Amino acid sequence: MAKQIPLVDYLVLGDEPHLTANECTTCGARFFDRRNACANCGRAEFTRSDITTTGEVRAFTIVAFAAPGVPVPYVAALVDCGGTSVRANLINVEPDPEHVTLGMKVRLATQVVGTDTEGTEAIGFGFEPLGG
Amino acid sequence: MAPASDDLWILGIHMTKFGKHPEMDLVDLASEAVTGALADGGVTMKDMGVIGAGNLMAANAGIGQQLQKQLGQTGIPVYNVANACATGATALRVAVMAVKAGECDMGLAFGVEKLSGAGLLSGGSRKDDGTTWTPSGRYGAVAPVDGRIGTEIMPGVFAQIGMEYGHKYGGTSFELFAKISEKNHSHSTLNPLAAYSKKMTLEEIMGDIMIAYPNTRPMCSANCDGAAAAVVVSGSKLKTLSLEQQRRAVKISASILTTDPWEESCQILPDVNTLTRNAATQAYEQAGVGPEDLNLVELHDCFATAELVHYDNLMLCGVGGAVDFFNSGATWRDGTTPVNVSGGLESKGHPIAATGIANVWEVATHLRGEAGDRQIEGAKVGLTHVIGLGSACGVHILEKAAA
Repeated sequence: MAKQIPLVDYLVLGDEPHLTANECTTCGARFFDRRNACANCGRAEFTRSDITTTGEVRAFTIVAFAAPGVPVPYVAALVDCGGTSVRANLINVEPDPEHVTLGMKVRLATQVVGTDTEGTEAIGFGFEPLGG
Repeated sequence: MAPASDDLWILGIHMTKFGKHPEMDLVDLASEAVTGALADGGVTMKDMGVIGAGNLMAANAGIGQQLQKQLGQTGIPVYNVANACATGATALRVAVMAVKAGECDMGLAFGVEKLSGAGLLSGGSRKDDGTTWTPSGRYGAVAPVDGRIGTEIMPGVFAQIGMEYGHKYGGTSFELFAKISEKNHSHSTLNPLAAYSKKMTLEEIMGDIMIAYPNTRPMCSANCDGAAAAVVVSGSKLKTLSLEQQRRAVKISASILTTDPWEESCQILPDVNTLTRNAATQAYEQAGVGPEDLNLVELHDCFATAELVHYDNLMLCGVGGAVDFFNSGATWRDGTTPVNVSGGLESKGHPIAATGIANVWEVATHLRGEAGDRQIEGAKVGLTHVIGLGSACGVHILEKAAA
Protein backbone atom coordinates (compact mmCIF):
# COMPACT_ATOMS: atom_id res chain seq x y z
CA MET A 1 0.00 0.00 0.00
CA ALA A 2 1.25 3.45 -0.92
CA LYS A 3 2.44 5.79 1.80
CA GLN A 4 -0.30 8.24 2.76
CA ILE A 5 -0.49 11.75 4.20
CA PRO A 6 -3.65 13.63 5.20
CA LEU A 7 -4.61 16.70 3.11
CA VAL A 8 -4.84 18.68 6.36
CA ASP A 9 -3.44 17.91 9.79
CA TYR A 10 -6.86 17.74 11.46
CA LEU A 11 -7.77 14.65 9.43
CA VAL A 12 -6.65 11.49 11.23
CA LEU A 13 -6.20 8.50 8.91
CA GLY A 14 -6.14 4.83 9.89
CA ASP A 15 -8.84 2.21 10.33
CA GLU A 16 -11.42 4.77 11.43
CA PRO A 17 -10.66 8.09 9.74
CA HIS A 18 -11.98 11.09 11.64
CA LEU A 19 -11.49 14.78 12.21
CA THR A 20 -9.96 16.23 15.33
CA ALA A 21 -10.13 19.78 16.69
CA ASN A 22 -8.28 21.96 19.18
CA GLU A 23 -10.75 22.28 22.02
CA CYS A 24 -10.40 25.09 24.53
CA THR A 25 -10.03 23.52 27.97
CA THR A 26 -11.86 26.49 29.52
CA CYS A 27 -14.92 27.13 27.35
CA GLY A 28 -15.01 24.14 25.01
CA ALA A 29 -14.82 26.15 21.77
CA ARG A 30 -13.41 24.03 18.95
CA PHE A 31 -11.01 25.12 16.20
CA PHE A 32 -9.48 23.18 13.33
CA ASP A 33 -6.44 25.43 12.85
CA ARG A 34 -3.29 26.07 14.86
CA ARG A 35 -4.24 28.49 17.64
CA ASN A 36 -2.58 31.31 19.52
CA ALA A 37 -5.49 31.48 21.93
CA CYS A 38 -9.23 30.93 22.07
CA ALA A 39 -11.30 33.43 20.03
CA ASN A 40 -14.14 33.06 22.48
CA CYS A 41 -12.53 33.31 25.92
CA GLY A 42 -8.90 34.24 25.26
CA ARG A 43 -7.34 31.34 27.17
CA ALA A 44 -4.46 29.49 25.52
CA GLU A 45 -4.83 25.89 26.67
CA PHE A 46 -6.28 23.34 24.29
CA THR A 47 -6.84 19.62 24.14
CA ARG A 48 -7.34 17.47 21.04
CA SER A 49 -10.91 16.39 20.64
CA ASP A 50 -12.32 13.89 18.12
CA ILE A 51 -15.28 15.02 16.03
CA THR A 52 -18.15 12.62 15.44
CA THR A 53 -18.06 11.28 11.88
CA THR A 54 -21.77 11.66 11.14
CA GLY A 55 -23.70 14.87 10.74
CA GLU A 56 -26.43 16.89 9.09
CA VAL A 57 -26.12 19.30 6.17
CA ARG A 58 -26.98 22.76 7.48
CA ALA A 59 -26.10 24.66 4.29
CA PHE A 60 -24.74 23.85 0.87
CA THR A 61 -23.96 25.32 -2.51
CA ILE A 62 -23.22 23.68 -5.82
CA VAL A 63 -20.24 25.48 -7.29
CA ALA A 64 -20.41 25.60 -11.07
CA PHE A 65 -17.82 28.29 -11.75
CA ALA A 66 -14.40 28.14 -10.07
CA ALA A 67 -10.72 28.81 -10.57
CA PRO A 68 -8.96 27.08 -13.48
CA GLY A 69 -7.93 23.60 -12.37
CA VAL A 70 -10.74 23.19 -9.85
CA PRO A 71 -13.12 20.49 -11.17
CA VAL A 72 -16.77 21.61 -11.27
CA PRO A 73 -19.48 21.11 -10.34
CA TYR A 74 -18.77 20.31 -6.71
CA VAL A 75 -20.90 20.57 -3.60
CA ALA A 76 -19.54 22.67 -0.73
CA ALA A 77 -21.33 22.40 2.58
CA LEU A 78 -21.58 23.25 6.22
CA VAL A 79 -22.07 20.01 8.15
CA ASP A 80 -23.22 19.94 11.74
CA CYS A 81 -21.39 17.04 13.41
CA GLY A 82 -22.97 16.69 16.82
CA GLY A 83 -22.84 20.42 17.49
CA THR A 84 -19.48 21.08 15.85
CA SER A 85 -19.65 22.82 12.47
CA VAL A 86 -17.41 21.38 9.74
CA ARG A 87 -16.61 22.75 6.30
CA ALA A 88 -16.37 20.09 3.63
CA ASN A 89 -17.39 18.94 0.20
CA LEU A 90 -20.27 16.51 -0.18
CA ILE A 91 -19.00 13.51 -2.17
CA ASN A 92 -20.38 10.31 -3.64
CA VAL A 93 -23.62 12.13 -4.48
CA GLU A 94 -24.95 13.66 -7.70
CA PRO A 95 -24.14 17.40 -7.53
CA ASP A 96 -27.66 18.66 -8.16
CA PRO A 97 -30.48 20.01 -5.96
CA GLU A 98 -32.55 16.86 -6.46
CA HIS A 99 -29.91 14.73 -4.72
CA VAL A 100 -28.44 17.25 -2.27
CA THR A 101 -30.87 18.65 0.27
CA LEU A 102 -30.80 20.74 3.43
CA GLY A 103 -30.95 18.56 6.50
CA MET A 104 -29.67 15.42 4.77
CA LYS A 105 -27.74 13.01 7.00
CA VAL A 106 -24.15 12.36 6.00
CA ARG A 107 -21.00 10.58 7.16
CA LEU A 108 -17.29 11.24 6.76
CA ALA A 109 -15.55 9.54 3.86
CA THR A 110 -12.01 9.79 2.54
CA GLN A 111 -10.66 9.92 -0.98
CA VAL A 112 -7.30 10.20 -2.72
CA VAL A 113 -6.49 13.79 -3.71
CA GLY A 114 -3.36 12.92 -5.67
CA THR A 115 0.04 11.22 -5.62
CA ASP A 116 3.30 13.14 -5.40
CA THR A 117 6.64 12.40 -7.09
CA GLU A 118 7.70 10.17 -4.20
CA GLY A 119 4.60 8.04 -4.57
CA THR A 120 2.87 9.37 -1.45
CA GLU A 121 -0.89 9.68 -1.64
CA ALA A 122 -2.58 12.77 -0.18
CA ILE A 123 -5.88 11.73 1.40
CA GLY A 124 -8.71 14.24 1.63
CA PHE A 125 -12.15 13.98 3.17
CA GLY A 126 -15.73 14.79 2.39
CA PHE A 127 -19.15 13.74 3.58
CA GLU A 128 -21.37 11.22 1.74
CA PRO A 129 -25.06 10.47 2.17
CA LEU A 130 -25.80 8.05 5.03
CA GLY A 131 -27.34 4.82 3.89
CA GLY A 132 -26.47 5.66 0.30
CA MET B 1 -14.21 73.21 16.95
CA ALA B 2 -17.26 71.10 17.62
CA PRO B 3 -18.11 69.89 21.11
CA ALA B 4 -18.12 66.10 21.38
CA SER B 5 -21.87 66.01 21.88
CA ASP B 6 -22.61 67.96 18.70
CA ASP B 7 -24.71 66.35 15.99
CA LEU B 8 -23.27 65.40 12.61
CA TRP B 9 -24.40 66.10 9.07
CA ILE B 10 -23.61 65.20 5.49
CA LEU B 11 -22.95 68.58 3.86
CA GLY B 12 -22.02 67.40 0.40
CA ILE B 13 -22.05 64.00 -1.30
CA HIS B 14 -21.46 62.58 -4.77
CA MET B 15 -21.09 59.32 -6.62
CA THR B 16 -19.72 58.70 -10.08
CA LYS B 17 -21.56 56.62 -12.63
CA PHE B 18 -20.79 52.99 -11.81
CA GLY B 19 -19.66 50.86 -14.73
CA LYS B 20 -16.70 50.69 -17.07
CA HIS B 21 -14.31 53.65 -17.00
CA PRO B 22 -11.31 52.41 -19.02
CA GLU B 23 -10.09 55.96 -19.62
CA MET B 24 -9.98 56.84 -15.91
CA ASP B 25 -7.52 55.61 -13.28
CA LEU B 26 -8.23 55.34 -9.55
CA VAL B 27 -7.18 58.94 -8.90
CA ASP B 28 -9.37 60.24 -11.75
CA LEU B 29 -12.40 58.44 -10.34
CA ALA B 30 -11.69 59.54 -6.77
CA SER B 31 -11.12 63.12 -7.96
CA GLU B 32 -14.46 63.19 -9.75
CA ALA B 33 -16.28 61.97 -6.65
CA VAL B 34 -14.46 64.30 -4.25
CA THR B 35 -14.75 67.36 -6.50
CA GLY B 36 -18.46 66.60 -6.81
CA ALA B 37 -18.95 66.22 -3.05
CA LEU B 38 -17.07 69.44 -2.27
CA ALA B 39 -19.06 71.37 -4.90
CA ASP B 40 -22.31 69.82 -3.65
CA GLY B 41 -21.48 71.07 -0.14
CA GLY B 42 -20.29 74.49 -1.31
CA VAL B 43 -16.86 74.01 0.27
CA THR B 44 -13.25 73.38 -0.82
CA MET B 45 -10.34 71.17 0.20
CA LYS B 46 -9.10 74.06 2.37
CA ASP B 47 -12.16 73.60 4.59
CA MET B 48 -11.41 69.92 5.26
CA GLY B 49 -9.72 68.92 8.53
CA VAL B 50 -9.32 65.19 7.88
CA ILE B 51 -9.56 62.65 5.06
CA GLY B 52 -10.76 59.06 5.35
CA ALA B 53 -9.61 57.38 2.14
CA GLY B 54 -10.89 53.98 1.07
CA ASN B 55 -9.53 51.61 -1.54
CA LEU B 56 -9.23 47.85 -1.19
CA MET B 57 -7.53 46.34 -4.22
CA ALA B 58 -4.51 48.68 -4.05
CA ALA B 59 -4.66 49.23 -0.30
CA ASN B 60 -0.92 49.79 0.10
CA ALA B 61 -0.76 52.65 -2.42
CA GLY B 62 -1.87 55.57 -0.22
CA ILE B 63 -4.87 56.65 -2.29
CA GLY B 64 -5.59 59.54 0.11
CA GLN B 65 -2.24 61.22 -0.52
CA GLN B 66 -2.49 60.45 -4.24
CA LEU B 67 -5.78 62.36 -4.27
CA GLN B 68 -4.28 65.28 -2.33
CA LYS B 69 -1.51 65.59 -4.93
CA GLN B 70 -4.22 66.27 -7.53
CA LEU B 71 -6.79 68.29 -5.57
CA GLY B 72 -4.91 69.97 -2.75
CA GLN B 73 -1.99 69.15 -0.45
CA THR B 74 -3.21 71.02 2.60
CA GLY B 75 -1.24 69.02 5.14
CA ILE B 76 -4.24 67.56 6.97
CA PRO B 77 -4.18 64.01 8.37
CA VAL B 78 -5.10 61.22 5.95
CA TYR B 79 -6.27 57.83 7.12
CA ASN B 80 -6.03 55.25 4.36
CA VAL B 81 -8.38 52.42 5.28
CA ALA B 82 -9.09 48.93 3.99
CA ASN B 83 -11.87 46.86 5.56
CA ALA B 84 -13.06 44.51 2.83
CA CYS B 85 -16.50 45.46 1.48
CA ALA B 86 -17.02 47.76 4.48
CA THR B 87 -14.10 49.96 3.36
CA GLY B 88 -16.26 52.91 2.25
CA ALA B 89 -18.33 52.88 5.44
CA THR B 90 -15.08 52.69 7.42
CA ALA B 91 -13.68 55.75 5.61
CA LEU B 92 -16.89 57.61 6.42
CA ARG B 93 -16.57 56.51 10.06
CA VAL B 94 -13.09 58.08 10.15
CA ALA B 95 -14.47 61.47 9.14
CA VAL B 96 -17.42 61.05 11.51
CA MET B 97 -15.20 60.14 14.47
CA ALA B 98 -12.79 63.02 13.84
CA VAL B 99 -15.58 65.59 13.68
CA LYS B 100 -17.41 64.02 16.60
CA ALA B 101 -14.22 64.09 18.67
CA GLY B 102 -13.89 67.80 17.97
CA GLU B 103 -10.56 67.45 16.15
CA CYS B 104 -12.02 69.38 13.21
CA ASP B 105 -15.41 70.68 12.11
CA MET B 106 -15.39 69.29 8.59
CA GLY B 107 -14.06 66.02 7.22
CA LEU B 108 -13.91 64.29 3.85
CA ALA B 109 -14.45 60.60 3.14
CA PHE B 110 -14.14 58.83 -0.16
CA GLY B 111 -14.01 55.31 -1.55
CA VAL B 112 -12.84 54.25 -4.98
CA GLU B 113 -12.33 50.96 -6.81
CA LYS B 114 -11.59 49.72 -10.29
CA LEU B 115 -13.00 46.24 -10.76
CA SER B 116 -14.26 46.10 -14.35
CA GLY B 117 -13.38 42.75 -15.83
CA ALA B 118 -12.34 41.27 -12.49
CA GLY B 119 -13.57 37.71 -12.12
CA LEU B 120 -13.90 35.84 -8.85
CA LEU B 121 -12.26 38.05 -6.24
CA SER B 122 -11.59 35.17 -3.87
CA GLY B 123 -10.88 31.65 -5.01
CA GLY B 124 -10.27 33.04 -8.49
CA SER B 125 -7.04 31.13 -8.81
CA ARG B 126 -5.61 28.06 -7.16
CA LYS B 127 -1.93 27.21 -6.85
CA ASP B 128 -0.71 24.03 -8.47
CA ASP B 129 -0.10 21.08 -6.21
CA GLY B 130 3.58 20.83 -5.24
CA THR B 131 5.82 18.01 -6.42
CA THR B 132 6.03 16.58 -2.91
CA TRP B 133 3.38 16.88 -0.21
CA THR B 134 4.60 19.24 2.52
CA PRO B 135 2.26 20.45 5.26
CA SER B 136 2.08 24.23 5.56
CA GLY B 137 -0.10 26.92 7.06
CA ARG B 138 -2.41 26.83 10.05
CA TYR B 139 -4.25 23.72 8.86
CA GLY B 140 -1.10 21.83 7.91
CA ALA B 141 -2.44 21.50 4.37
CA VAL B 142 -0.28 19.63 1.84
CA ALA B 143 -2.14 21.11 -1.16
CA PRO B 144 -4.59 23.94 -1.91
CA VAL B 145 -7.98 23.25 -0.31
CA ASP B 146 -10.38 25.51 -2.27
CA GLY B 147 -12.81 23.17 -3.98
CA ARG B 148 -11.50 20.23 -1.95
CA ILE B 149 -12.66 21.31 1.51
CA GLY B 150 -15.61 23.52 0.73
CA THR B 151 -15.37 26.70 -1.28
CA GLU B 152 -13.62 30.02 -1.02
CA ILE B 153 -15.54 31.75 -3.82
CA MET B 154 -17.85 34.48 -2.56
CA PRO B 155 -20.93 33.43 -4.61
CA GLY B 156 -20.62 30.02 -2.92
CA VAL B 157 -19.99 31.36 0.57
CA PHE B 158 -23.01 33.66 0.39
CA ALA B 159 -25.11 30.96 -1.25
CA GLN B 160 -24.57 28.87 1.88
CA ILE B 161 -25.47 31.83 4.08
CA GLY B 162 -28.87 32.07 2.36
CA MET B 163 -29.33 28.30 2.38
CA GLU B 164 -28.55 28.16 6.10
CA TYR B 165 -31.38 30.64 6.70
CA GLY B 166 -33.66 28.38 4.67
CA HIS B 167 -32.63 25.36 6.71
CA LYS B 168 -33.32 27.21 9.93
CA TYR B 169 -36.65 28.79 9.06
CA GLY B 170 -37.86 27.14 5.82
CA GLY B 171 -39.52 28.70 2.81
CA THR B 172 -36.48 29.41 0.65
CA SER B 173 -36.01 28.14 -2.88
CA PHE B 174 -33.99 28.92 -5.99
CA GLU B 175 -37.03 30.80 -7.29
CA LEU B 176 -37.40 32.88 -4.13
CA PHE B 177 -33.79 34.05 -4.26
CA ALA B 178 -34.15 34.78 -7.99
CA LYS B 179 -37.23 36.90 -7.26
CA ILE B 180 -35.14 39.09 -4.94
CA SER B 181 -32.76 39.64 -7.83
CA GLU B 182 -35.72 40.36 -10.15
CA LYS B 183 -36.77 43.15 -7.77
CA ASN B 184 -33.35 44.79 -7.71
CA HIS B 185 -32.89 44.57 -11.47
CA SER B 186 -36.34 46.11 -11.87
CA HIS B 187 -35.41 48.94 -9.49
CA SER B 188 -32.20 49.62 -11.41
CA THR B 189 -34.11 50.66 -14.53
CA LEU B 190 -34.76 54.01 -12.84
CA ASN B 191 -31.14 54.60 -11.83
CA PRO B 192 -29.01 56.30 -14.51
CA LEU B 193 -25.86 55.77 -12.41
CA ALA B 194 -26.26 51.98 -12.21
CA ALA B 195 -23.75 49.79 -14.05
CA TYR B 196 -26.62 47.62 -15.33
CA SER B 197 -30.08 49.10 -15.66
CA LYS B 198 -31.82 46.45 -17.73
CA LYS B 199 -34.97 44.83 -16.44
CA MET B 200 -34.64 41.06 -16.17
CA THR B 201 -37.48 38.56 -16.00
CA LEU B 202 -37.50 35.78 -13.44
CA GLU B 203 -36.99 33.29 -16.28
CA GLU B 204 -33.97 35.18 -17.56
CA ILE B 205 -32.43 35.31 -14.10
CA MET B 206 -33.01 31.62 -13.35
CA GLY B 207 -31.88 30.60 -16.84
CA ASP B 208 -28.64 32.58 -16.76
CA ILE B 209 -25.23 31.07 -16.10
CA MET B 210 -25.12 29.24 -12.76
CA ILE B 211 -22.18 30.42 -10.63
CA ALA B 212 -22.86 28.74 -7.29
CA TYR B 213 -26.35 27.31 -6.73
CA PRO B 214 -28.66 29.01 -6.09
CA ASN B 215 -26.83 32.15 -7.30
CA THR B 216 -26.80 32.66 -11.06
CA ARG B 217 -24.74 35.45 -12.62
CA PRO B 218 -27.35 38.26 -12.35
CA MET B 219 -27.85 37.29 -8.69
CA CYS B 220 -24.21 38.21 -7.99
CA SER B 221 -22.88 41.71 -7.38
CA ALA B 222 -21.52 43.30 -10.51
CA ASN B 223 -17.80 44.03 -10.65
CA CYS B 224 -17.35 47.57 -11.96
CA ASP B 225 -15.47 50.85 -11.54
CA GLY B 226 -16.74 53.69 -9.41
CA ALA B 227 -16.18 56.17 -6.60
CA ALA B 228 -18.19 58.06 -4.02
CA ALA B 229 -17.33 60.83 -1.57
CA ALA B 230 -18.96 62.71 1.29
CA VAL B 231 -18.26 65.83 3.35
CA VAL B 232 -19.15 65.53 7.05
CA VAL B 233 -19.80 68.69 9.06
CA SER B 234 -20.58 69.36 12.72
CA GLY B 235 -23.96 70.81 13.65
CA SER B 236 -22.41 73.91 15.17
CA LYS B 237 -20.39 74.63 12.02
CA LEU B 238 -23.43 73.96 9.83
CA LYS B 239 -25.32 76.72 11.67
CA THR B 240 -22.74 79.22 10.38
CA LEU B 241 -23.29 78.20 6.75
CA SER B 242 -25.94 79.39 4.30
CA LEU B 243 -29.61 78.53 4.66
CA GLU B 244 -29.40 76.57 1.40
CA GLN B 245 -26.52 74.48 2.76
CA GLN B 246 -28.51 73.86 5.94
CA ARG B 247 -31.64 72.92 3.99
CA ARG B 248 -29.83 70.32 1.88
CA ALA B 249 -27.72 68.90 4.72
CA VAL B 250 -28.65 65.37 5.78
CA LYS B 251 -28.41 64.37 9.40
CA ILE B 252 -26.24 61.39 10.35
CA SER B 253 -28.41 60.05 13.17
CA ALA B 254 -26.33 56.92 13.65
CA SER B 255 -22.92 55.77 12.46
CA ILE B 256 -21.88 52.30 13.61
CA LEU B 257 -19.16 49.80 12.79
CA THR B 258 -19.07 46.30 14.28
CA THR B 259 -17.06 43.09 13.87
CA ASP B 260 -18.32 39.57 14.34
CA PRO B 261 -18.34 38.29 17.90
CA TRP B 262 -17.31 34.66 18.25
CA GLU B 263 -20.02 32.16 17.41
CA GLU B 264 -19.64 28.39 17.20
CA SER B 265 -19.51 28.16 13.39
CA CYS B 266 -18.17 31.62 12.48
CA GLN B 267 -14.72 30.35 11.47
CA ILE B 268 -16.29 27.63 9.31
CA LEU B 269 -18.90 29.70 7.44
CA PRO B 270 -18.69 33.48 7.98
CA ASP B 271 -21.42 34.72 10.31
CA VAL B 272 -22.80 37.87 8.67
CA ASN B 273 -25.85 37.81 10.91
CA THR B 274 -24.73 38.54 14.46
CA LEU B 275 -22.60 41.59 13.65
CA THR B 276 -25.33 43.05 11.43
CA ARG B 277 -27.95 42.59 14.14
CA ASN B 278 -25.55 44.14 16.67
CA ALA B 279 -24.85 47.11 14.38
CA ALA B 280 -28.55 47.64 13.68
CA THR B 281 -29.44 47.45 17.36
CA GLN B 282 -26.81 50.06 18.21
CA ALA B 283 -27.85 52.26 15.27
CA TYR B 284 -31.55 52.27 16.15
CA GLU B 285 -30.61 53.08 19.75
CA GLN B 286 -28.26 55.89 18.72
CA ALA B 287 -30.74 57.40 16.26
CA GLY B 288 -33.80 56.94 18.43
CA VAL B 289 -35.72 55.43 15.53
CA GLY B 290 -36.97 51.93 14.82
CA PRO B 291 -37.13 49.81 11.66
CA GLU B 292 -40.80 50.81 11.23
CA ASP B 293 -39.68 54.44 10.78
CA LEU B 294 -37.49 53.69 7.75
CA ASN B 295 -38.70 55.02 4.40
CA LEU B 296 -35.95 53.24 2.49
CA VAL B 297 -33.05 50.87 3.08
CA GLU B 298 -29.93 50.25 1.04
CA LEU B 299 -28.52 46.94 2.27
CA HIS B 300 -25.61 44.76 1.21
CA ASP B 301 -27.06 42.48 -1.46
CA CYS B 302 -23.65 41.24 -2.62
CA PHE B 303 -25.66 38.18 -3.64
CA ALA B 304 -29.42 37.61 -3.80
CA THR B 305 -28.99 35.01 -1.06
CA ALA B 306 -27.52 37.68 1.23
CA GLU B 307 -30.35 40.20 0.86
CA LEU B 308 -32.85 37.79 2.40
CA VAL B 309 -30.95 37.26 5.65
CA HIS B 310 -30.38 40.97 6.15
CA TYR B 311 -34.15 41.71 6.19
CA ASP B 312 -34.08 39.70 9.39
CA ASN B 313 -30.70 40.94 10.70
CA LEU B 314 -31.74 44.59 10.29
CA MET B 315 -35.03 43.70 12.02
CA LEU B 316 -37.12 44.91 9.06
CA CYS B 317 -39.19 41.78 9.85
CA GLY B 318 -39.57 39.49 12.84
CA VAL B 319 -37.05 36.73 13.57
CA GLY B 320 -37.43 34.02 10.93
CA GLY B 321 -39.88 36.12 8.93
CA ALA B 322 -37.74 37.22 5.97
CA VAL B 323 -39.37 34.96 3.38
CA ASP B 324 -42.90 36.06 4.24
CA PHE B 325 -41.72 39.66 4.45
CA PHE B 326 -40.29 39.52 0.92
CA ASN B 327 -43.29 37.62 -0.47
CA SER B 328 -45.59 40.35 0.92
CA GLY B 329 -44.00 42.80 -1.52
CA ALA B 330 -42.72 44.98 1.33
CA THR B 331 -39.25 45.49 -0.17
CA TRP B 332 -40.32 46.57 -3.65
CA ARG B 333 -40.16 50.32 -4.22
CA ASP B 334 -43.92 50.65 -3.72
CA GLY B 335 -43.87 48.49 -0.59
CA THR B 336 -43.80 49.41 3.08
CA THR B 337 -40.00 49.18 3.40
CA PRO B 338 -38.39 49.74 -0.02
CA VAL B 339 -35.03 47.95 -0.14
CA ASN B 340 -32.31 48.73 -2.68
CA VAL B 341 -34.28 51.14 -4.86
CA SER B 342 -30.89 51.98 -6.43
CA GLY B 343 -30.81 48.49 -7.94
CA GLY B 344 -28.48 47.22 -5.26
CA LEU B 345 -25.08 45.67 -5.75
CA GLU B 346 -26.55 43.14 -8.18
CA SER B 347 -27.31 45.82 -10.78
CA LYS B 348 -26.01 49.20 -9.61
CA GLY B 349 -22.67 47.46 -9.15
CA HIS B 350 -20.16 46.91 -6.38
CA PRO B 351 -16.89 48.83 -6.75
CA ILE B 352 -15.97 47.63 -3.29
CA ALA B 353 -14.59 50.67 -1.46
CA ALA B 354 -17.12 53.02 -3.09
CA THR B 355 -20.15 50.99 -2.00
CA GLY B 356 -20.31 52.10 1.64
CA ILE B 357 -20.52 55.77 0.62
CA ALA B 358 -22.56 55.30 -2.56
CA ASN B 359 -25.37 53.77 -0.51
CA VAL B 360 -25.32 56.86 1.75
CA TRP B 361 -25.51 59.01 -1.39
CA GLU B 362 -28.56 57.07 -2.54
CA VAL B 363 -30.42 57.54 0.73
CA ALA B 364 -29.32 61.18 1.10
CA THR B 365 -30.54 61.95 -2.42
CA HIS B 366 -34.02 60.63 -1.56
CA LEU B 367 -34.07 62.55 1.73
CA ARG B 368 -33.24 65.72 -0.20
CA GLY B 369 -36.06 64.97 -2.63
CA GLU B 370 -33.58 64.95 -5.51
CA ALA B 371 -33.85 61.33 -6.69
CA GLY B 372 -35.79 62.13 -9.85
CA ASP B 373 -37.77 59.24 -11.38
CA ARG B 374 -36.96 56.86 -8.57
CA GLN B 375 -37.73 59.27 -5.71
CA ILE B 376 -39.41 57.63 -2.73
CA GLU B 377 -41.97 60.33 -2.02
CA GLY B 378 -41.78 61.98 1.36
CA ALA B 379 -38.70 60.05 2.49
CA LYS B 380 -37.55 61.29 5.90
CA VAL B 381 -35.47 58.46 7.36
CA GLY B 382 -33.25 55.88 5.69
CA LEU B 383 -30.69 53.22 6.60
CA THR B 384 -27.56 51.99 4.84
CA HIS B 385 -25.74 48.73 5.51
CA VAL B 386 -22.55 47.07 4.27
CA ILE B 387 -20.79 43.85 5.20
CA GLY B 388 -17.14 43.11 4.62
CA LEU B 389 -16.10 39.53 5.16
CA GLY B 390 -13.59 38.94 7.83
CA SER B 391 -15.88 40.53 9.11
CA ALA B 392 -16.96 44.16 9.47
CA CYS B 393 -20.43 45.71 9.31
CA GLY B 394 -21.22 49.38 8.79
CA VAL B 395 -24.68 50.82 9.42
CA HIS B 396 -25.69 54.45 9.00
CA ILE B 397 -29.09 55.99 9.71
CA LEU B 398 -29.79 59.27 7.93
CA GLU B 399 -32.55 61.81 8.43
CA LYS B 400 -33.90 64.68 6.40
CA ALA B 401 -33.13 68.18 7.71
CA ALA B 402 -36.04 69.76 9.57
CA ALA B 403 -37.13 72.19 6.83
